[in-house]
Amino acid sequence: MRGLLGIQDLPRTEIERILDTAEAMVEISQREIKRVPTLRGRTVINLFLEPSTRTRVSFEIAAKRLSADAINVSSSGSSLSKAETLADMGQNLAAMNADVLVVRDRTAGVPKMLADRLPMPVINAGDGCHEHPTQALLDVFTVRQSLGTLDSRVVAIVGDISHSRVARSDIHAFTKMGAEVRVAGPPTMLPAGIDVLGVKACFSMEEALDGADVIIMLRIQRERLEQALFPSVREYSLTFGLNLRTLALAKPDAIVLHPGPINRGVEISGEVADAEPSRILDQVTNGVAVRMAVLYLVTGEQA
Amino acid sequence: MRTRIRGARILDPSSGRDEIGELDIDDGQIAELDSGATPDQVIEAEGLWLAPGFVDLHTHLREPGQEYKEDIATGTRAAAAGGYTAVCTMANTDPVNDSPAVTEYIRRRAHESAAVRVHVIAAATQQLRGEIMSEMASLASAGAVAFSDDGAVIRNASVMRRVLEYARGVGRPVIAHCEDLDLRGSGVVHEGASATCCGLPGSPAEAETVMVARDVELARLTGAHLHIAHVSAGRSVDIIREAKESGVRVTAEVTPHHLCLTDEAILNYDTNAKMAPPLRTARDQEALRQGLADGTIDCVATDHAPHAAYEKDLEFTAAAFGVVGLETALPCVMELVIEGRLSALDAMARLSTRPARVLGLRGGTLETGAPADLVLIDPEQVWKLEAVDLHSRSRNSPFLGRELRGRAMLTWVGGHVVHALDGDGA
Repeated sequence: MRGLLGIQDLPRTEIERILDTAEAMVEISQREIKRVPTLRGRTVINLFLEPSTRTRVSFEIAAKRLSADAINVSSSGSSLSKAETLADMGQNLAAMNADVLVVRDRTAGVPKMLADRLPMPVINAGDGCHEHPTQALLDVFTVRQSLGTLDSRVVAIVGDISHSRVARSDIHAFTKMGAEVRVAGPPTMLPAGIDVLGVKACFSMEEALDGADVIIMLRIQRERLEQALFPSVREYSLTFGLNLRTLALAKPDAIVLHPGPINRGVEISGEVADAEPSRILDQVTNGVAVRMAVLYLVTGEQA
Repeated sequence: MRTRIRGARILDPSSGRDEIGELDIDDGQIAELDSGATPDQVIEAEGLWLAPGFVDLHTHLREPGQEYKEDIATGTRAAAAGGYTAVCTMANTDPVNDSPAVTEYIRRRAHESAAVRVHVIAAATQQLRGEIMSEMASLASAGAVAFSDDGAVIRNASVMRRVLEYARGVGRPVIAHCEDLDLRGSGVVHEGASATCCGLPGSPAEAETVMVARDVELARLTGAHLHIAHVSAGRSVDIIREAKESGVRVTAEVTPHHLCLTDEAILNYDTNAKMAPPLRTARDQEALRQGLADGTIDCVATDHAPHAAYEKDLEFTAAAFGVVGLETALPCVMELVIEGRLSALDAMARLSTRPARVLGLRGGTLETGAPADLVLIDPEQVWKLEAVDLHSRSRNSPFLGRELRGRAMLTWVGGHVVHALDGDGA
């Protein structure tokens, strides 16, 4: 596998290969000594140019459990704050013979830009409003764990679809795996031309959750208030929040996912986040396994 | 010295002439054909087209102030290579061309270094701030042919009204870059399926159309001549068509890249496909082609916007807006000829005669006695654009690596050869 820039160009067979590899990785994290020598001597650089805790830590743990050397570079204090261009910075990291570059950036297209210029595989850890492929893979992995097959399952993604890279990657991933995907939110948060991605747009929870097997709630960002995309947190929570009442609109055995970090009482109520259908912490656990699988596959599978 | 061009298809939109024939250049002018006179030089041009040199109404020559992107010498050499014999340079230089001193400076530098004629467009408002109008009467006396704040956009409708009124008194058009900057927001590409797939912030077509509608209505109110720059949205064409039918003095231009590309060009995050206004949908593209063919859009203008490599080799949202266009405009328009959308004569009209008329410039004609501003074109030549081929100081073309058809072989300004493609024997 030559890097991982997004789900859009990934065939279903590749998705399945990553998920199957991740199955084998789960067990490593359950051992007392959580480390295998697979990537010993390899250098993984986590270039996080947008603040992130969860994804960065998850990649770091994944690399370390495979015995790679994980180096974290973040935006503050990096040379980018000294006006070095991104392309130059990437070339410097390549000159230090890094084996894998994991990139998070606030601008869509940055991982591709680096992958086009650098010799080592690049893994997209989230680029602007474009894609977050490892999140989608761990979401599919988590759903597969709970429900078995994804064929003909109904997946509802609720929130600010326009600004969500998780939504885009999830749409591609679940659609490729045979699920029916719906997106829901106020029209101000649904992007133009979303139908070309093969999903149905819904303006209410009633419409979105009817018959749903999987509910993926997205974090609502308060800065969208300033962009006048919704009138108040209160109204958002009333109309698109997931609580015990709205959860009942879905199938009785529906499961709930959230890429985190969650806003309790905003897009998801505490009762739901902590309840039986919630798979939020399983996602975090599975995230490490999926990222181990991706690191393993992009470094050439030699073990 | 008399030069005779023989055997070419002569295309003169100003008279409707379209025939195989001869044309003589003497003393810098197009001369009366005199079979008794012996030419000093004969150019055999079978299979080629001879047309009035092209006139670009929208060029950023970047001098003074941003010579690292382009200067008058390099920009006009690029123009000559593209078949242009005159360009109109935009006011967003550094310092801004909002004073007669800057206008005179540009004209002097053009006199010293330009390969083609340079006409000067001055700022409509001081410092392009959209607040206080520039000294338009003095600027016109200094040689400004039109007024424009271009991408700075006059947001305030009342200021725009006064600018149009005042420009009317000065006898010059106002060129408007129609884009509602609030509606555009942080948008860097057309808001639509491609933007959604790429996760890039979009700007809707309506960011243009609402401003086209505003400015057309203000032109109606003031009776001024409004020229709408680089129309990109299909609905804008409808608004302009309706305005023309109802007698508003409005003209319009379209860029070669909006004619030949759609927003799908951004799918690989090519920053050379980033410009304002953005590339739009195939439907918009079709409306632009239709508008150019039926005359709603008067002419093609390049919006030649050179940027240094390091200003483009950046994250998509951080990269500069704009593309170079002078050297690829002809093959873009030729695409419409090949598809049967424009006749050869109409194509030449939209590159030469019509833009000259929009701003009342000399040129765009092959009439006897006119300055010999000419271009000899090989309409069949297929060539692949490589960065090294470009004469511009900058290389930010969305057509790099593409196969193009149609090329300027020889360009004359005032009877002097300013461009000769290597190996054409001239």
